[in-house]
Amino acid sequence: MADRIEIALKGDLGAFHLDVDLAVPMHGITALFGPSGCGKTSILRSVAGLNRMPGRIAVGSEIWQDDRHFVPTHKRSLGYVFQEASLFAHLSVRQNLTYGERRARADEKHVRFDDIVNLLGIAHLVDRSPANLSGGERQRVSIGRALLSQPRLLLMDEPLSALDRMAKDEILPYFEALHANLRIPILFVTHDIGEVERLADHLVLLREGRLVGSGPLNEVLSAPHSPLSARRDFAAVLPARVKRHDPDSIAVLDIVGRELLVVAKDMKAGETVRVRIAASDVSIAKSRPDATSMLNVLPARIIGIDALDDAEASIRLDIGVDLEAPIRARITRRSLEALSLSEGQDVFAQIKSVSLAASR
Amino acid sequence: MVATIVALPLVLPPTVLGFYILVALGPQALGGWFGPWFGMRTFAFSFEALVVGSVISSLPFMVQPIRNSFEAMGRRPLEVAATLRASPWDRFVTVALPLAIPGLLTGAVLGFAHTVGEFGVILMIGGNIPGETKVLSIAIYDFVETLRWREAHILSAGMLAFSFVVILAVSLLARRSGRRAF
Repeated sequence: MADRIEIALKGDLGAFHLDVDLAVPMHGITALFGPSGCGKTSILRSVAGLNRMPGRIAVGSEIWQDDRHFVPTHKRSLGYVFQEASLFAHLSVRQNLTYGERRARADEKHVRFDDIVNLLGIAHLVDRSPANLSGGERQRVSIGRALLSQPRLLLMDEPLSALDRMAKDEILPYFEALHANLRIPILFVTHDIGEVERLADHLVLLREGRLVGSGPLNEVLSAPHSPLSARRDFAAVLPARVKRHDPDSIAVLDIVGRELLVVAKDMKAGETVRVRIAASDVSIAKSRPDATSMLNVLPARIIGIDALDDAEASIRLDIGVDLEAPIRARITRRSLEALSLSEGQDVFAQIKSVSLAASR
Repeated sequence: MVATIVALPLVLPPTVLGFYILVALGPQALGGWFGPWFGMRTFAFSFEALVVGSVISSLPFMVQPIRNSFEAMGRRPLEVAATLRASPWDRFVTVALPLAIPGLLTGAVLGFAHTVGEFGVILMIGGNIPGETKVLSIAIYDFVETLRWREAHILSAGMLAFSFVVILAVSLLARRSGRRAF
């Protein structure tokens, strides 16, 4: 298939055996998610050719590795962002940025220097030495450096995990800008579910070297038996479109046929966003509450009840949107019994707050 | 194995090292086989022998710091360069070598200093022939033995000043390149 990235790998990885066979689309951000040591970094390094593990790797129509061929790293059209920025200390920021660009073939050039430095907000740094940059700035330079090598595929190995909270908040908007402005597919390794919810379009779930799930983000997140959906801190992530923005800073969103109100400052009608609804922010009422401060009260149907522990349960709710992904409500078992809730019942979901995860 | 052989001169007494090199370069061995090509009967007691002996005895002092600086760099910078389309040779020249400059400088200084100060090996191989294999450190020894203190003073002070200037210059250079490296 010409429009997919295919990765099939088998091999021993210290404590366990890696055995995956997966295909991800050649567009958008795909997150490889799993606990530390589940093999996700090994997969990424194998795609880059930095590790050699038996298997097959194809990007579109190009075969990077199979039984007979192994294309060395420097001949693979990829960009790689390591956990630490790893800038070349003996070169200036500008020389770092152009290191890969100078080595790319002229007919491959599709990313321009000026565009990248503006997009990443590093134009004012180019004449400095890497030693004088903050952590967030370094990582932005290393992303720019990878992109300027004119890759067909960008690989990122936990690019945010070495940064502190502030640097992370500083850098996340740039990721979103990249996503909105570039057509380069990104494979992104992380163990932070927050980053997945905010950035990923597709999700590959891994555990101990094996594939647990793979597909569009909201489907994998909410699949009934996925290890992610039965978490206490589950949040549904849904695509939405801004219908209108009222003067009192309330935006009316359209989620595939349902209206949702959110507090938002700058929003334009027609913009697409993604919303995050945490299970802890959803409560259930049997009849429509007539006097409530909640902005969002939606008719819903219970499609499943999963026990979380002795005290709490997670309720899967169909709020009538035409999506595979239901939202969830986390309630106590006592309330579950008091309201005598059961599958198939029609209820009202009260959504206390909706957060905007990213603008798309 | 190679590292062990290279490091051997660090622990071997200079006279032992010198003795073996002398034998190896003598008419019964290498000197006898290859000497005639250069119109010589043997390599022993010649300037060429001093060069060979100095290289062998000073090599570990150069190799260690250079090796350390390549090891300290780790594989990461080279992996980064590989993902940026640099071929193995390109990676070595544009990334590994520049990052190893402080180690290369230190190695050069230590190697040079050790060679200038070498005594035992040189005496064994060179034999102290004036105009051919007489070196500074042996000359000073000769002057002291014959109680010519004035000449010994002049040469020693000259060596002291020279060594000081060389080491100062190189450490300044290393600091300059070091500042860019961190």
